[in-house]
Amino acid sequence: MSVIVQGLSKHFGTQKAVDNLSFEAHPGQILGFLGPNGAGKTTTMKMLCCYTEPTEGTASVEGYDIKTSPLLVRKQIGYLPEHNPLYEEMYVKEFLQFVASIHRIENKVARITDIIEMTGLGKEQNKIIGTLSKGYRQRVGLAQAIIHDPKVLILDEPTSGLDMNQLLDIRSLIKELGKEKTVIFSSHIMQEVQALCDRVVIINNGNLVADESIDTLRNRMEGNRSVRVEFAQKNFSTTMFNGLKNVIDVRKEGEEIIFTIKGNEDIRAEIFNFAVANQLTLLEMKTDKANVEDIFRKLTKSTIDV
Amino acid sequence: MFSIYFKEINAFFSSLIGYLVIGVFLVSIGLFMWVFSDTSVLDYNFATMDQLFSIAPLVFLFLIPAVTMRSFAEEKAKGTIEFLYTKPLTTFEIILGKYFANFTLVIFALLPTLVYYYSVYQLGSPVGNLDSGAIIGSYIGLFFLAGAFVAIGMLASTLTNNQIIAFILGAFLCFFFHWAFSYIARMPVFTTTFDLFIQKIGINYHYTSISKGLVDSRDIIYFISIIFVFLYATVSVLERRS
Repeated sequence: MSVIVQGLSKHFGTQKAVDNLSFEAHPGQILGFLGPNGAGKTTTMKMLCCYTEPTEGTASVEGYDIKTSPLLVRKQIGYLPEHNPLYEEMYVKEFLQFVASIHRIENKVARITDIIEMTGLGKEQNKIIGTLSKGYRQRVGLAQAIIHDPKVLILDEPTSGLDMNQLLDIRSLIKELGKEKTVIFSSHIMQEVQALCDRVVIINNGNLVADESIDTLRNRMEGNRSVRVEFAQKNFSTTMFNGLKNVIDVRKEGEEIIFTIKGNEDIRAEIFNFAVANQLTLLEMKTDKANVEDIFRKLTKSTIDV
Repeated sequence: MFSIYFKEINAFFSSLIGYLVIGVFLVSIGLFMWVFSDTSVLDYNFATMDQLFSIAPLVFLFLIPAVTMRSFAEEKAKGTIEFLYTKPLTTFEIILGKYFANFTLVIFALLPTLVYYYSVYQLGSPVGNLDSGAIIGSYIGLFFLAGAFVAIGMLASTLTNNQIIAFILGAFLCFFFHWAFSYIARMPVFTTTFDLFIQKIGINYHYTSISKGLVDSRDIIYFISIIFVFLYATVSVLERRS
């Protein structure tokens, strides 16, 4: 159940902000929604919250369709928009009371006390929102998103612009919330997604480029380590390298031979010795240190260049 | 709807706006009624409140767009409109909440003028020698006029995210719908053909008619329809968001 996105598209004139996007998110799982700036993350989230209407396709939240029953969808969702718009002239408590009354929450006072406790707003609860620092404003944004105990949480870059301590606080709160709720969490920072999420959906130019668990992604990352070598001799078959230890794959790419390595082994010395033994002249050798950033870049770059 | 309503009312009275609107309205009306010798009741020799009812539309023309300009323009400029739209509220609920809050503020400004009525009533010779029927009618007229101006001002506020533009546009639209039609009707082209019809499109015609103490159902229906038309336009503008 939870959030099911089916062929969602949003066009602004001729530009396709989101193009035929499909993915699912489930309870008890934090879904990292990743992509470079302008990839369509925010647009997708706005469509899920029924703020903008999709051009094509649809999505359902807790079984309610975003096109036919937007009000019921909004009841299920707690949404923290990217720029976290708040009524600056209101007091923190006054604002939370306002949100609670929109959601028609029974026993408002107790719930607000709980939420203030959860989000660590205790010290700031009697201040005017406009006077709060960025980190506390973000907490107020989060507090208004979770006040009605929604089944689905949609957070658009909740950690942008926070300092390290605030970042860790907010992350642990999101992690805690993710235990029972469906959390969709967007970011353009890969490490953050790695630290928080169970699954990752990467989009670029409105298209889905990856939808896999964080472990699969990490394995892919490790499998991708490779050594590029250039020899003076050009005419030989790559099969002669088959005897090398810890090498999964050898292929020719232009002038270079690329050795894909198993795990984190360092095989540079072996390659050198092998070259000497076979009378090959080594011109250049370098290691490709693949990390999550690289995967992200690799996945999202191809379409940018076009 | 009520959550929005109370939030807006709170916003008016926790800032200067509410007090300023009420103060400016009462001071300007008070000056015309009691102080300026051209229009003062004291120099007029008749126990009447005509001054109030002829000046009030003019004061409303500036004051109401000033109240309504922030309704949506500010929400759009600050992005809080996204907050409202992603809550379980219909567009109509948001608009009605804001409409009634703005309207309540204007009525709060209007209510203390009942003191003026009491004063004029006491000053009459003999006491109470004034046309109460016409005054009740005029108050009903002002009530609906305020309702229409608030609806017009709110439409202006949805068209832009700049409050100054919303104010100027709102004031212009109020002016246009209140007075312009009576002047257009006087243009030679329309004389003896459409003049009465054109006059009837304007608010002024119906306001003057009610002010005479003649509360005609047609005028009431006119006001209710004009409020409805502008609120409906406001809904359509807001729902047209991409």
